[in-house]
Amino acid sequence: MDIPELKAIAKELRVDIIRMLVEAGSGHPGGSLSCIDMLAALFFHKMRHRPHDPHWPDRDRFVLSKGHCVPALYAVLAKAGYFPRDELLTLRKLDSRLQGHPDRHRLPYLEASTGSLGQGLSIALGMALAGKSAQKDYRVYCVISDGECQAGQVWEASMAAPKFGLDNLCALLDYNKIQLSGAIKDIMDLEPLLEKWRAFNWHAVEIDGHDFAAITRALDEAERTKGRPTLILCQTIKGKGVSFMEGRWEWHGKAPNHEEGERAIQEILAQT
Amino acid sequence: MGAKATRVAFGEALTRLGGENPDIVVLDADLSKSTMTEQFAKKYPDRFFDLGIAEGNMVGAGAGMALAGKIPFICSFACFVTGRFEQIRMSIAYTRANVKIVGTHAGIGIGEDGYSQMAVEDIALMRSLPNMVVIQPADAVETERALEYIVRHQGPVFLRLMRQKTEDIHPPDYRFRLGKGVVLRPGKDVTLLGTGGVLANALKAAEILAQKGAEAQVVNVPTLKPIDREMISEAALGHGRIVTVEDHGITGGLGSAVAEVVAELGRGRIRRVAVEDFAESGNPDGLYRKYGLCDENIAAKALELLGE
Ligand SMILES: Cc1ncc(C[n+]2csc(CCOP(=O)(O)OP(=O)(O)O)c2C)c(N)n1
Ligand SMILES: [Mg+2]
Repeated sequence: MDIPELKAIAKELRVDIIRMLVEAGSGHPGGSLSCIDMLAALFFHKMRHRPHDPHWPDRDRFVLSKGHCVPALYAVLAKAGYFPRDELLTLRKLDSRLQGHPDRHRLPYLEASTGSLGQGLSIALGMALAGKSAQKDYRVYCVISDGECQAGQVWEASMAAPKFGLDNLCALLDYNKIQLSGAIKDIMDLEPLLEKWRAFNWHAVEIDGHDFAAITRALDEAERTKGRPTLILCQTIKGKGVSFMEGRWEWHGKAPNHEEGERAIQEILAQT
Repeated sequence: MGAKATRVAFGEALTRLGGENPDIVVLDADLSKSTMTEQFAKKYPDRFFDLGIAEGNMVGAGAGMALAGKIPFICSFACFVTGRFEQIRMSIAYTRANVKIVGTHAGIGIGEDGYSQMAVEDIALMRSLPNMVVIQPADAVETERALEYIVRHQGPVFLRLMRQKTEDIHPPDYRFRLGKGVVLRPGKDVTLLGTGGVLANALKAAEILAQKGAEAQVVNVPTLKPIDREMISEAALGHGRIVTVEDHGITGGLGSAVAEVVAELGRGRIRRVAVEDFAESGNPDGLYRKYGLCDENIAAKALELLGE
């Protein structure tokens, strides 16, 4: 898919995220909007997957380690045809397959159940290890958040992946600079972040996480990189696409009401 | 009757007690707006430490501060802090560090966030550690009184708090006594032992039972460990019918603690109302109905015992 098409899709997906959250009345808009461009590039450009054959053994795997941003993933999966778009409006409701955080038992198109931060990269690492040892050529992608990088387990996984030469593993770090209760730099600074990943022997590159040309280029580069995993440090804006949410921790975990949702959707649709 | 979440009452009481005791320090893991430690943080910024999304490190740091003479409260959602079980086991419990572990957002009553944020194994985990005291207050006044006790108590404590509001069920002059149940309603036919916010449903169940001619005693069990053996023995050896009610998994919580005593006594019968599966997202009332923590199901369990 080319870049104008990806842009158009991302717009639709942003609208879906807002609609879902308004209907649910709770959830996490900020981090869903900051990672949606990466997810769109992965599912509609890079990854080899078959919505009509979701358990195809050779599919590329995707793990959303920052599980609270699952509305972004649901929007992508619906758009790709894994389930009907109408189902998006069941998010967080009793008996829904669309749990507030990913549940792969209820929704089998999800590769992992997440929602406790810090665990997803280890799971992705395990999938990549399994792929290598079975001489499969599938790739494993994992989206992690910046606040999540405060968790020790992220660095345990980070230390292990190069040891096993996991060039089939690519992590995308959604560096939106904000966590639940404030700015990353005030709560627990991560800098120098790119250098940390490099010191842990990853091939680490930094890009604008809302620029599809940059995202797709970095994903291609990751695939060409042999012998070690790649970390794409995506500079992003929390709440990207909705002016009153952008860069504000207040919109980390609060759903827009109907009026706010309408305003958000109008803004998204007006963007070129 | 006021309605307040126990986590809110905790945040207020902790701030007040912080003024009285300069040894109190508070550690949090990027959830101070939800655990309600934010108020303490604002008032005593030099005694508040946000360790970021790194609960394992928070457990260890809390232990270290306790060993250096402080009274640390380490706070997060109950699932995340007790999820660092091995660190708690080693650095707090076995070490005999005077750390107060505070877990908020306990149970499936948190609703829409779903299982990943619901603590339903925390009582079981904390109860398994030999020297851990486990307390779950049911309303605001009990939270305040329990917290006063916890500051004085030497040794590790797990304090389990709720996200959602609960009605007051105790009078303002309520006294907290460690290891003691509190009779909320007298009754001679069956005893409903509850802990936390679901006590409101147990009280409603007693109403349903009253309409059917059965007198249910309702007892609040704020201390899960040490459990009130005396009170359990009275019910087991008396009418011999006990129903436990808790927003926690069926294994290892209040129901298990009571069943252990009943089994040792060799008398009395018990039914456990608790969460029997992974639960899910949904509105709290709907979840309580689906997972059987509602008044109707509590009453039904009591009727089962009464019918036998
Ligand atoms: C282990 C763990 N601790 C705490 C939480 C509660 N929590 C949910 S989201 C969040 C903040 C996440 O911020 P960040 O990682 O930066 O994510 P993003 O900005 O992408 O939304 C926290 C603390 C959690 N889900 N898991
Ligand atoms: Mg962030």
